[in-house]
Amino acid sequence: MAESEENYLNSDENQDPLTQKIMFKDGICLENGQYLAPLEIAYQTYGQLSAAKDNAILICHALTGDQYVTDINPISKKAGWWSNMVGPGCPIDTNKYFIICTNVLGSCMGTTGPRSMREDGQKIGRWGADFPAITIKDMVNAQKMLIDHFQIKQLFAVIGGSMGGMQTLQWAVSYPDQVYAVIPIATSSFHSAQNIAFNEVGRQAIFSDPDWRDGEYWRYGVTPYRGLAVARMMAHITYLSEDALNRKFGRRLQERLKDSSFPIFGEVFQVESYLHYQGSNFVRRFDANSYVTITRAMDWFDLSHAYDGDLVQAFAHVKSRFCVISLSSDWLFPTSRSRVIVQALNRVGARVSFVEIATDKGHDAFLLEEPDLDITIRGFLSGIEEQRRLEHYAS
Amino acid sequence: MRLDQRCIIDMIKQQSKVLDIGCGDGSLIDYLCRYHQCDARGIEVDMSYVTKAVGKGLPVIHGNADFDLQHYPTGGFDYVVLSRTLQAVNRPREVLQQMLRIGRYAIVSFPNFGHWTLRLQLLLKGRMPMTNVWGKYWYETPNIHPCTMTDFVNLSRKEGYKIERWMAIDDQGGRAPWERSIRLANFFGEQALFLLTR
Repeated sequence: MAESEENYLNSDENQDPLTQKIMFKDGICLENGQYLAPLEIAYQTYGQLSAAKDNAILICHALTGDQYVTDINPISKKAGWWSNMVGPGCPIDTNKYFIICTNVLGSCMGTTGPRSMREDGQKIGRWGADFPAITIKDMVNAQKMLIDHFQIKQLFAVIGGSMGGMQTLQWAVSYPDQVYAVIPIATSSFHSAQNIAFNEVGRQAIFSDPDWRDGEYWRYGVTPYRGLAVARMMAHITYLSEDALNRKFGRRLQERLKDSSFPIFGEVFQVESYLHYQGSNFVRRFDANSYVTITRAMDWFDLSHAYDGDLVQAFAHVKSRFCVISLSSDWLFPTSRSRVIVQALNRVGARVSFVEIATDKGHDAFLLEEPDLDITIRGFLSGIEEQRRLEHYAS
Repeated sequence: MRLDQRCIIDMIKQQSKVLDIGCGDGSLIDYLCRYHQCDARGIEVDMSYVTKAVGKGLPVIHGNADFDLQHYPTGGFDYVVLSRTLQAVNRPREVLQQMLRIGRYAIVSFPNFGHWTLRLQLLLKGRMPMTNVWGKYWYETPNIHPCTMTDFVNLSRKEGYKIERWMAIDDQGGRAPWERSIRLANFFGEQALFLLTR
């Protein structure tokens, strides 16, 4: 092993010894026909699985999220990304439910992805840019393997926002009998041209970084930090709303600057330094090849694709109860896209609830304090729990 | 629960599929699900009501009677309920058509504009009537299509709908005693309730 590669390994701070992991030696057959073996899945669980194994909730994380839903994230040392939603007494109550969250296929927090060592005998070392193209369906199929491993016949619910929301929809379509309820939040049944365009700008930023080295940066002991940071900055803008940015920063200048000076270079406005901070924070925890792989998976996503573009056909056999949630100021996945999902579900007579949460915080609002979101999720879960009890009595 | 909703429940067979348009906080569908073994769902235009209803675990979507009914399958429900909403929709005739496309039965309730107090006010004052039921000035009311019971009967005839049952309801929502003659009910009934089929 080259010395630089050794450094890369040692600097691999995303490997936490506490992470739960499982290895599937036979691997997984991907949608593109390629076999990926072995398959390792990193996950976290919270709460207790009931004896009847009927209280499991799968939570699907967003693009750059991870399996550390609640508690302290062992890598960033910050609170989990949904610790206000998941926990004892929270809307998704760990006293009642057994929560599972996996790191998605292709990511870099322990599940097999471009950082993983390849064992297909074709090349020595890590997958890097050779990692096969994966899809949202592949991610869901990998999650399914873990659920089967737990011998859970039916998940009580699958919940996720943004890319996680895409996975929830895919679950309902791919495994109609295995999900009792589905909560897709701030998401879409397809990635639009605009969505793809934003992702492409991010990828091009990464590719144009001189340290990208055709995706083999780890062989040279470098990482395309700058490109990845730019990609993150751009994406971050799409996660917020104009109002949220204005409220937070307005046109305020950096402290040291006077109104009379007109510098061109350096950080001038406070919003700029905020973005720089977001970008630099991100590159410490995320892998560039994973970013490229997963954004591509989102781009491929179109639930109706296999059904001649007819979303109604895609939903024809769903059995789950849906609670579709959109955010009023989300312009990445606007409410109109949730309505498309709801209308298609109505056409097949599916049981669907639909709430638009009034917020000015943009796409990211589902990760922040939103009392109406809490009320909706808590109420929906308790409602379907009661319905399931009634069904049990009836049968 | 509102008294007029009691009358509606009396018209609905147990274990049927019900769509409640303009379901408010969902109290009708809540009752139907819990005590009538129905598969009941709702549409509501006011978001705060939707959040409240879903927060209670009810299958309610944010939507509008004028636009969202077209997305429901033909014959998908046994009953489609429109209570105290007909007068506020943009296209009442089309909404009725959609209701009877989606459901075998349509249950429609509305405040009766033919009530004698309204007639009297208009006659004596020459101004748009104001009563408990019609409690807002003409320029701030959401009710853009008020009608009388006779109007509704005429429309149903014209569209070829069969009126299975009808009743007049008083201000509180309880049944009013005008069961024989629609003309009398139109004069004395404050609210109207109809059960239609195709």
